[in-house]
Amino acid sequence: MSILVIAEHDNSELKQATLNVVAAAKAIGGDIDVLVAGENCGAVGEAAAKADGVSKVLVADNAVYGHFLGENLGELVAEVGNSYSHILAAAGTVGKDFMPRVAALLDVAQVSDIMRVESEDTFVRPIYAGNAIATVKSTDSIKVITVRPTAFDPVAEEGGSATVEALDIVKDAGLSQFVSEELAKSDRPDLASAGIVVSGGRGMQNGENFKMLEQVADLLGAAVGASRAAVDAGFVPNDMQVGQTGKIVAPQLYIAVGISGAIQHLAGMSDSKVIAAINKDEEAPIFQVADYGLVADLFEAVPQLEEELKKVL
Amino acid sequence: MKVLVAVKRVIDYNVKVRVKPDNTGVDLANVKMAMNPFCEIAVEEAVRLKEKGVASEIVVVSIGPKACQEQIRTALALGADRGIHIETDEEVQSLEAAKLLKSVVEKEEPKLVILGKQSIDSDNNQTGQMLAALTGMGQGTFASEVVVDGENVNVTREVDGGLMTVALKLPAVITTDLRLNEPRYASLPNIMKAKKKPLDNMSPADLGVELAPRLSTLKVEAPASRQAGVKVADVAELVDKLKNEAKVI
Repeated sequence: MSILVIAEHDNSELKQATLNVVAAAKAIGGDIDVLVAGENCGAVGEAAAKADGVSKVLVADNAVYGHFLGENLGELVAEVGNSYSHILAAAGTVGKDFMPRVAALLDVAQVSDIMRVESEDTFVRPIYAGNAIATVKSTDSIKVITVRPTAFDPVAEEGGSATVEALDIVKDAGLSQFVSEELAKSDRPDLASAGIVVSGGRGMQNGENFKMLEQVADLLGAAVGASRAAVDAGFVPNDMQVGQTGKIVAPQLYIAVGISGAIQHLAGMSDSKVIAAINKDEEAPIFQVADYGLVADLFEAVPQLEEELKKVL
Repeated sequence: MKVLVAVKRVIDYNVKVRVKPDNTGVDLANVKMAMNPFCEIAVEEAVRLKEKGVASEIVVVSIGPKACQEQIRTALALGADRGIHIETDEEVQSLEAAKLLKSVVEKEEPKLVILGKQSIDSDNNQTGQMLAALTGMGQGTFASEVVVDGENVNVTREVDGGLMTVALKLPAVITTDLRLNEPRYASLPNIMKAKKKPLDNMSPADLGVELAPRLSTLKVEAPASRQAGVKVADVAELVDKLKNEAKVI
């Protein structure tokens, strides 16, 4: 078996999700190659070559891949991946965009968002917003798979010594063009891979009050998230949303503040190692999944939390 | 310009999902069904394009058993002009759905195809992208804004870390994200009118597509449930537990 992992990156840095996907590839077993497609992405190729368990890194460096347009990546990956038994990518917005194109071009099914590998052709994945877990077997000769990164412990960043090969394949489908991008700038860790996440819900009442959470997050080196209710109410931007339709997170510690705990939200965070919840409603469903629950008014509790953390950290 | 919208009949999003005791699937007997929420957003976007004078005709298509006609009628009541029902009682997987929709696209030649980004039952997030690949169209996935501009459509997409805008040549495929719009409710007069709108019925065989699922579901289980933990008395105890018991800070 031979597995092609498509690297997730921003042209300068390899994203940690790639290391999680390589871990999923290792669970399948076989030679693991990594494809880095981007523009001026040589450093990403070097980083991928150091990852534990990688045999070969293929670098397709061209302006047509610079913005990871699904039409171009789809054609590239379908051509390169044709000789592999498995093609894997992280189930982020880039992978979700181009991987089904790859599958369609190869005339195979895709298995989305796998959480576990049972064997080379059988995988476990959530359905119904995580309210049911399906074990799925693929009969296709090439398995196209997106991987839920938080479900696999990442392989070591260092230790490998893969060869790096430049690929001279330029696929410009001519169907789409990049226009612009607005990315939230933050010094805090990435929400999807942060070790600690502090999230606020509708109980925060407005966007201004999220500053309280940011102060706590900065003490802990944590990312800040939000429930869909808080995003829909316009308190914070949508890329902060944790839940089935937002980011799936599984940090060491998840602190839910003013979040009631709708199923939709729980589906995005219930794999966290430890969950702490602060809510003034003691009947809130979040307490049914929280390891530590504090029934309190968040506007009193969060400033106290900041003070207590300053004492112990 | 003609717009094609695909809609799927799924379990109503308010219904608590229960796994069958024999682990063969989810219990759908006597459960309320509805249009997939992302598909409602797709219908709404098409109707708004028509109201702006951008779209001239909205064709809505659904694949599945006879009961799918309820969801097609709902879309017609919301403002779609006519419906196509591809009737089958078999399981239809994403690749097959994309192949069936491709045949409809070849027949209808829409300038824009709008679908939900995923259905809330199988959560695959595949059909729109597969359809785009099979028809050689560009794709604007996870759309939060759609602006048609001559022979192009600009789509703002919800991506990890923010928003990204792409320009696609028409015809193109768009898949909707939650914040694209807020769907309206159908009015009673429109529900009555929808009953008279044309609805074509065809089979996968009529479209030259053979259903051949590539994935088989071996079992479906309920997720491992988390146990509720303890209530702490105050913030000091919470911090103490996190530091000394859970050792996570």
